[in-house]
Amino acid sequence: MVNLAAAFALSGLVILAIGENPIDVLGLMVREALGYPEAIGYTLYFTTNYIFTGLAVAVAFHCGLFNIGGEGQAYIGGLGAGLAGLVLFGWPWPAVALAGVVLAALFGAGWAFIPGWLQARRGSHIVITTIMFNFIAAAVMTWLLVDVLIKPGQQSPESRAFPPESWLPTVDRVLAGMGVTVAPSPLNLSFLLALAACVAVWLFIWHTPGGYELRTVGRNDRAAVYAGIRPGRAVIVAMLVSGALAGLVGVNEILGAQHRLILNFTNGVGFVGIAVALMGRNHPAGIVPAALLFGVLAQGGANISFDFPAVNRELVMVIQGLVILLAGALENLFRPSIEAALRRRRRDDDDGAVPAGEGRA
Amino acid sequence: MTELLFGMLHIADATLRVATPLVLAAFAGLWCERAGVVDIGLEGKMLAGAFFAAAVAAMTGSPWTGLLAGVAAGVALALVHGFACITHGGNQVVSGMAINILVAGLAPSLAFAWFRQGGQTPPLPGSARLPAVDLPGPLADSVPVLGPVYDVLLDGNNVLVWLALALVPVTAYALERTRFGLRLRAVGENPAAVDTAGLSVAGLRYRALLLTGVLTGIAGAYLSIGHGAGFVRDMTAGKGYLALAALIFGKWRPWPTLAACLLFALTDAVQIRLQGVDLPLIGTVPVQFIQMLPYVLTVLLLAGFVGRAVAPRAAGVPYVKER
Repeated sequence: MVNLAAAFALSGLVILAIGENPIDVLGLMVREALGYPEAIGYTLYFTTNYIFTGLAVAVAFHCGLFNIGGEGQAYIGGLGAGLAGLVLFGWPWPAVALAGVVLAALFGAGWAFIPGWLQARRGSHIVITTIMFNFIAAAVMTWLLVDVLIKPGQQSPESRAFPPESWLPTVDRVLAGMGVTVAPSPLNLSFLLALAACVAVWLFIWHTPGGYELRTVGRNDRAAVYAGIRPGRAVIVAMLVSGALAGLVGVNEILGAQHRLILNFTNGVGFVGIAVALMGRNHPAGIVPAALLFGVLAQGGANISFDFPAVNRELVMVIQGLVILLAGALENLFRPSIEAALRRRRRDDDDGAVPAGEGRA
Repeated sequence: MTELLFGMLHIADATLRVATPLVLAAFAGLWCERAGVVDIGLEGKMLAGAFFAAAVAAMTGSPWTGLLAGVAAGVALALVHGFACITHGGNQVVSGMAINILVAGLAPSLAFAWFRQGGQTPPLPGSARLPAVDLPGPLADSVPVLGPVYDVLLDGNNVLVWLALALVPVTAYALERTRFGLRLRAVGENPAAVDTAGLSVAGLRYRALLLTGVLTGIAGAYLSIGHGAGFVRDMTAGKGYLALAALIFGKWRPWPTLAACLLFALTDAVQIRLQGVDLPLIGTVPVQFIQMLPYVLTVLLLAGFVGRAVAPRAAGVPYVKER
């Protein structure tokens, strides 16, 4: 908590350096993200992506793996979702959505499987391979969209648009069907999928043998071997689950919002997932609020430049970077001083209660 | 015949220009990883170097002040990395990633606020860019073969190209033959032994990171005020990661790393010339396949299918003195 406050304080300093009032800017960000129904829809739509990638990073973390490849896995997952839309062209949405979810998860998992397998069986470092796989994914997708899946007779590299009957329904349309009117936004049913994924991950990690094996390997893989767990298998399972979760971003983006395959729709979600997982302490109950916070930043950050001409949306990445630095790499920064302060207070209390404070360490 | 020679020389020249920032960044990574600090933040430090070099060069009109500012930015971020990973024992990958994301946001934000040109610096005039080294006179007419080599390949290179080339033997010597280099390598392999010998592990690692900061700053400055004329958004475009790949492909050794940088730069130079060209037997190769070649090669190497890359043993592990 102190680290987060420090991250936001530093972000405020950056805004000051740019020459704006940080409180005004952050206040407007929150208002632009939560102030009116349409904005809330957009915020939750971004939140959906971040829940998926945050969970993806967290599952890998529990197995002691740092999956930087969420970006590429989400990209390839989008390919799976997009293929579902293109192959089942014009089918009603439940069929397309079902195929899309399955294919997106399979494609994402497949893309994560290779680095996982290489780590488990060949000992190549997962951080490096997942970085390389992000670049390979980007190149493959550019090739597919420029040369293969491009809509015939057009210049810009994108596929055919799916017909409206196969779109994943947006929340405003579903609620309109129930007689409730809300402002239209790209928020769609994959938000519910994201919440379901949170429950599923919680069950998997803490309430199944597979999740137990994964956490044991993450804590101490040699002890895991003595407990009869095969670390290699746990690593591969962790990466499969992680990749599948990241791949589901494709459902939200391609079937829910873009309705066609486009370039670079992931736009850094895999990296935001790292910040979300670190902030959420790798637990679904922490990941949802963390994802919401970054959803607010994404939606608010996109809109502040109208009122503050000196601020642009990349400012949000500064905040992301500082959160990762302070909540992740510098997590021990304030611990000694906080512990010392707590100890001091406890000692004061003890002194009050027990007159003879026996020299405790 | 002469035409073929000139064609090849131009490819070689382009390779040299593309390889320069890779060499600088890869050697930046080489120093700190041999000392046991993993740095995936090369990309961010390079981008910061590029931005601050261009910004200061645009304000002062002096490329050398710009270069200095770029170096200062690289060093400052390297110290942040050191503070997180060495002093506080934080996760080195997380810290590097944080620096990358931070700078990817910070550089365009500051550029946007300071120059109001959509996240870039104003284009720099020739006087605010690092100069090229002009060697005496064209020799193509008087000396056969070597004359064109001299004219195309050696003449008119940016000062930083020469600096990068000089860096390789200097690094190789310093790492293999000097006391500092030996201690640094020891810290990367077995920090406890170095500690027992009465040397400061943290001090050595901080010194390695300082070198990393300086070199990434220079690499960034080359992009924005040497090769280019101003900072543009996402200027590094993954070159920091490519340098990391080159470092691994070169197995953390100076000369093989140079070779890997040249190989990756060659694929880049060739790829521009191969666009839409029919090759015998294979037909047209999509550009993207050539672009992904360095990454695929690195993965294959790491998987042990092409040779074997063994990282410094203590890389990535924070050193905690025993109490």
